[in-house]
Amino acid sequence: MNSIIVSAACGILMMFGSVWIGNKNYFRFIAATGLLLTWVANWADMNGNGLFQIPASGMFVYTHISYFFNAILIAATLIYVIISGDEVTKQGAYPAEYFSLIFFVMSGVSILMFYNNMLMLFLGIEIMSIPLYILTGADKRNLKSNEASLKYFLMGAFSTGIMLMGIALIYGGTGSFAIDIKRAGSAVPGFYNGTSFLEITGLLFLFASMCFKVSAAPFHFWTPDVYDGAPSVFTSFMATIVKAAGFYAFFRLVEVRMAQTATSVDWKLIISFIIIATLFFGNITAVFQQSVKRMLSYSSIAQAGFMLFSLFAMNDLARQGLMLYAVAYSLSTIGIFAIMTKMKDYSFDGYNGLAKTHPALAATNTIFLLSLAGIPLTAGFLAKYYMLASVIRTGTYTWLVVAAVVFAAISVYYYFRLIQAMYFKNGEPVVAAISPIFKYLLISIAIIIIAIGAFPQLFFNLFYFG
Amino acid sequence: MIALLLIFIPICTGIISLFLNGSNAKWIGMIGAIATLTISLIGTYTTDTDLLSFDSNWMPDLGSRITLQLDGMSSMLCLLSAIALPLIFSATWKQTESAQKNYHGLMLLTQAGLMGVFVSMDCLLFYFFWELALIPAYFLCSFAGGEKRIKIIFKFFVYTFLGSLLLLIGILTIYFKSGDHSFAWESLKQVKLSNTEQSFVFWMFFIAFAIKMPIFPFHTWQPDTYEQAPTGVTMLLSGVMVKMGLFAVIRWLLPLTPDASIYFSNAIIIISIVGMIYASLIAIKQDDIKRLIAYSSIAHIGLMCAAIFSHQSSGMQGVMIQLFNHGVNVIGLWIVAYAIEQSTGTRKMSELGGLAKKAPTLAILFVIMALANIAIPLTNAFAGEFLMFNGLFRYNVWIAALAGVSIILAAVYTLWMVQNIFYGEEKPATSLVSDAGLEIKLPLLIIAAVILLFGFYPQPMIDFTADTVTNLFTTVTAKQ
Repeated sequence: MNSIIVSAACGILMMFGSVWIGNKNYFRFIAATGLLLTWVANWADMNGNGLFQIPASGMFVYTHISYFFNAILIAATLIYVIISGDEVTKQGAYPAEYFSLIFFVMSGVSILMFYNNMLMLFLGIEIMSIPLYILTGADKRNLKSNEASLKYFLMGAFSTGIMLMGIALIYGGTGSFAIDIKRAGSAVPGFYNGTSFLEITGLLFLFASMCFKVSAAPFHFWTPDVYDGAPSVFTSFMATIVKAAGFYAFFRLVEVRMAQTATSVDWKLIISFIIIATLFFGNITAVFQQSVKRMLSYSSIAQAGFMLFSLFAMNDLARQGLMLYAVAYSLSTIGIFAIMTKMKDYSFDGYNGLAKTHPALAATNTIFLLSLAGIPLTAGFLAKYYMLASVIRTGTYTWLVVAAVVFAAISVYYYFRLIQAMYFKNGEPVVAAISPIFKYLLISIAIIIIAIGAFPQLFFNLFYFG
Repeated sequence: MIALLLIFIPICTGIISLFLNGSNAKWIGMIGAIATLTISLIGTYTTDTDLLSFDSNWMPDLGSRITLQLDGMSSMLCLLSAIALPLIFSATWKQTESAQKNYHGLMLLTQAGLMGVFVSMDCLLFYFFWELALIPAYFLCSFAGGEKRIKIIFKFFVYTFLGSLLLLIGILTIYFKSGDHSFAWESLKQVKLSNTEQSFVFWMFFIAFAIKMPIFPFHTWQPDTYEQAPTGVTMLLSGVMVKMGLFAVIRWLLPLTPDASIYFSNAIIIISIVGMIYASLIAIKQDDIKRLIAYSSIAHIGLMCAAIFSHQSSGMQGVMIQLFNHGVNVIGLWIVAYAIEQSTGTRKMSELGGLAKKAPTLAILFVIMALANIAIPLTNAFAGEFLMFNGLFRYNVWIAALAGVSIILAAVYTLWMVQNIFYGEEKPATSLVSDAGLEIKLPLLIIAAVILLFGFYPQPMIDFTADTVTNLFTTVTAKQ
């Protein structure tokens, strides 16, 4: 709750900041401070020392895991602002506004962490998405960025429409907006105590629109165009933190609501088909890309396919795994994008010979790619491990795991293509000036990834005792 | 403690060596390799079990611990990989500067991964090392080597990576059936699986191991990779790394899925034998020395795989000592191939001939390696192959007879190779060659000594691994 208020306040402050503060370079430090404050507010709230106590009439539910996930996402944003803040500043004439939009997104993200009501889910998704439409079009003289922004907006508006329709149908069917409703002995006369046709239809609508938000196939078509057209720094933000937040919201929805209706609809079957489709389209299309940025867009779809396993399995392992996946995937992708924004040529050939000219960039990039590919000793491996383990534990759908593993082997192809370009091909990559701080930041991210991969207990101890 | 040192010395020296250049990296690499060898020799001689094992907390949430232990078989294989590295470093001491870049560091890291595979008694830890050994090997092969290397090595990587992921599924399936949710070998081996579960786990494991060995029909990566990789790396790959697959079958597959491995033994022995004969026939037609040795290696591995699945204690005993002997012998063959390529600039047998006059010492040493490759009595390979045939014979006479054909074929291609390279007319490529330098001769002499020593007196090796064989069969029969 506190983090929603603090991040919204920080957003408004940043917006006016551009009037008071002349020097553009200060904004990213202010933004980093604001995020730190948000993080502290969230952490204090988690330990029961919140600044504000606002009654939300059951619209929100505060659980340890929600707080922890929120803390992870705010921390990831903080890392993102620290490492890519100067790129954000360079995007155009209004850096303060970009940062304030990021704060508004974070406020939407926090709502999604705690929502207990479909109105709040809708609000969170919208507060999160609308600033993103603007950020996608931030490079306003670039036609591709405009196109991406419009496409994202139109498609996003459409999916929001479907979501609202679904929520309305659910309300019609049950008489409540709460995601967790008491089934037996419903007070409203004339409504089913069990599940009704209206409710199921509504849930399916809601399900489809959530799939759209997390770019699961067959609702993924907007992703590559939007991710490719948007300025790279903002793609990095969208593909990591926003997507992870969407997944957690989706996870809550499936965990609480879909599980209640499992007798009427075989959600597992639906999700398993979506998983296979997502893995298939994401991985196979990524193989044929020539641009690293586009490859990463498809890879984000492919990774979404793996994250969907948590929705499928719905057990402790899935919950922990989703957290671990959010961390591993966000950190690696933020790192890869941070390096990519420094490159002039985004094609695979543009990376040729990077290892000779910039060994530190190439080495850290390799670690990020290995983590995405799921090689042991990186956080990415454990994330995939948890996802596979959570499904195998259910003892059914083993074919799903075997198929996923085949796609994971395919994913190695496009991740290693970049490693091959950096290490084994000759060329003169054009790289913008790199500050030593940037290098050390990348190295620290790489160390975090390996530390989590080698000693996941460090991470889980934070979760249990934090 | 020794088990831990065997992993840590190569990792530390390897990382240091990666940050150094030129001859510094070389010397650090050599020092690391010799230090590891020393520790490994101590491990072979000591009988103190506290010294040989290590146990520490690692990932309590996942039920995985760092449990390392050296028993007869793992000591033997650790010794093999510890011996391999100094020999390889010595033989490739004079290679060019560009080929040297990161070579020693990555070789040591690969060695650390291999050691980890051999000493882990925790299945998840085993899986970590199994994958980690591959990454430095991938970089090693791609940095230098043949022209088509990047594609071919990548095929190798994707192949084995797919296998590893299937292995992970198998591991997880059996893990969730274990009572205390632990990855420890001790608790996994007590898991009782139903027949369908066992077959599933068996194939998930076996495909991963079969790709690594490799046996027919999973072998297609192997000849290309061996040909394109730098010869120094090929020595490590074929000398030690392929033993991972066979080792893993004995350590993990047989105790965990004993019924399935007996049930499917016929099928696997048949594909192994088919692979042996097929690979031997292809080897006869090869002109490239490296490809010939590669195919010969497939045939030898096929025999070992067949002997493992014969489920006879003599066959198993033979495999255990042959794991070591084949490793040493094949490294010797590769060193000779490397020396020939360095001095003549070609690997094609049609362009070679009459080398014996120019390089008599090399010729004598090579003939010893070649005879060991055919498993002539009084070479170290004889005892192992004899025991393996003994096992196969008890399993089925006809299968043993078919396997015997491959021995004859081995004699054909190996002697053919000796004849073509060292005897006959001198060719333009061989006319200017002088005898190999000390850095080549020394490792070859050591290998020849090992071949003859264990050829005359194989009993110490058999005694050394006898306990492992007995333990294995008690575990397997207790579970059935």
